[in-house]
Amino acid sequence: MNWGSAGEFFAMGGYGVYVWGSYGITAALIGFEAWLTLRRRRRALCDALASASSEAPR
Amino acid sequence: MSSQRLRLFTFAAPSRFYSLSGSLLPWLWAAAALLAALGLYIGFFVAPTDAQQGESYRIIFIHVPAAWMSMVVYLAMAGWAAIGWIFKARMASMLARALAPSGMVFTLIALATGSFWGKPAWGTWWVWDARLTSELILLFLYLGYIALVEAIDDVRRADHAGALLAIVGAVNVPVIYFSVRWWNTLHQGATITMSAAPKMQGTMLTAMLLLTFAFWAYAFAVVFVRARAIVLEREHDAEWVRGLALPTRVAARTSS
Repeated sequence: MNWGSAGEFFAMGGYGVYVWGSYGITAALIGFEAWLTLRRRRRALCDALASASSEAPR
Repeated sequence: MSSQRLRLFTFAAPSRFYSLSGSLLPWLWAAAALLAALGLYIGFFVAPTDAQQGESYRIIFIHVPAAWMSMVVYLAMAGWAAIGWIFKARMASMLARALAPSGMVFTLIALATGSFWGKPAWGTWWVWDARLTSELILLFLYLGYIALVEAIDDVRRADHAGALLAIVGAVNVPVIYFSVRWWNTLHQGATITMSAAPKMQGTMLTAMLLLTFAFWAYAFAVVFVRARAIVLEREHDAEWVRGLALPTRVAARTSS
């Protein structure tokens, strides 16, 4: 174990801002990308099936 | 020879890609989560403090994997775009389009985490050295590719224009990789090479490699989801798409 307490863990030897800033940005970007992409796939499926069921000539 | 070609193009059919990727996805998401959890645990609770950089070095566990992915994804994107163009394979072009945003995200992560690491390590958020500049150019290439394919209305022309840009831009990837060897850079040289043992402490290296595989699994997962979306967007007239089941309440909502 590296950390004596939770406080030490979050402080990261004084580099807390840089370390947690990095991990925070990474988590945010990845979370946002995953959410946007899943949403895109869901929308595409709904649109495809909607256009199929409406039987509108294309 | 011809049986080899049959196997090569088996998943070129969008419908087959759609079903194969669908069955692989749960495993990919699970692998990404597990590998990330394990890698982060080792990185923060097992790997020791660095003698020179203290705790700030722990950014390496996401910075290096992201940088590696940014380059690998670009080469994959250029490769699939080229295959789509040469063999007139629609699925290959769709994969190239699916890869671009993910590559861009990894490039952003590499640049941002690098910047956050550079401030305590070098005293600056940015420097125009060869490694950083060429990685920034990679970001512009991704943005350019995405903008280009979205800007052209005709899908096939857009795919081909994008392929040209992707292929021409691929020269940047070896520049990024060899930049620390060819020029005097502030960015440190390679710790992991093909020719010698890694110059990195054991548990630190383990954590970094676990996160590399986690990023890889995540990249496959999110690129597959995006490729499935693109397949549905382009192939919505196809019979097999109409055959995909949807719960009736969703069908009722979307038809209004």
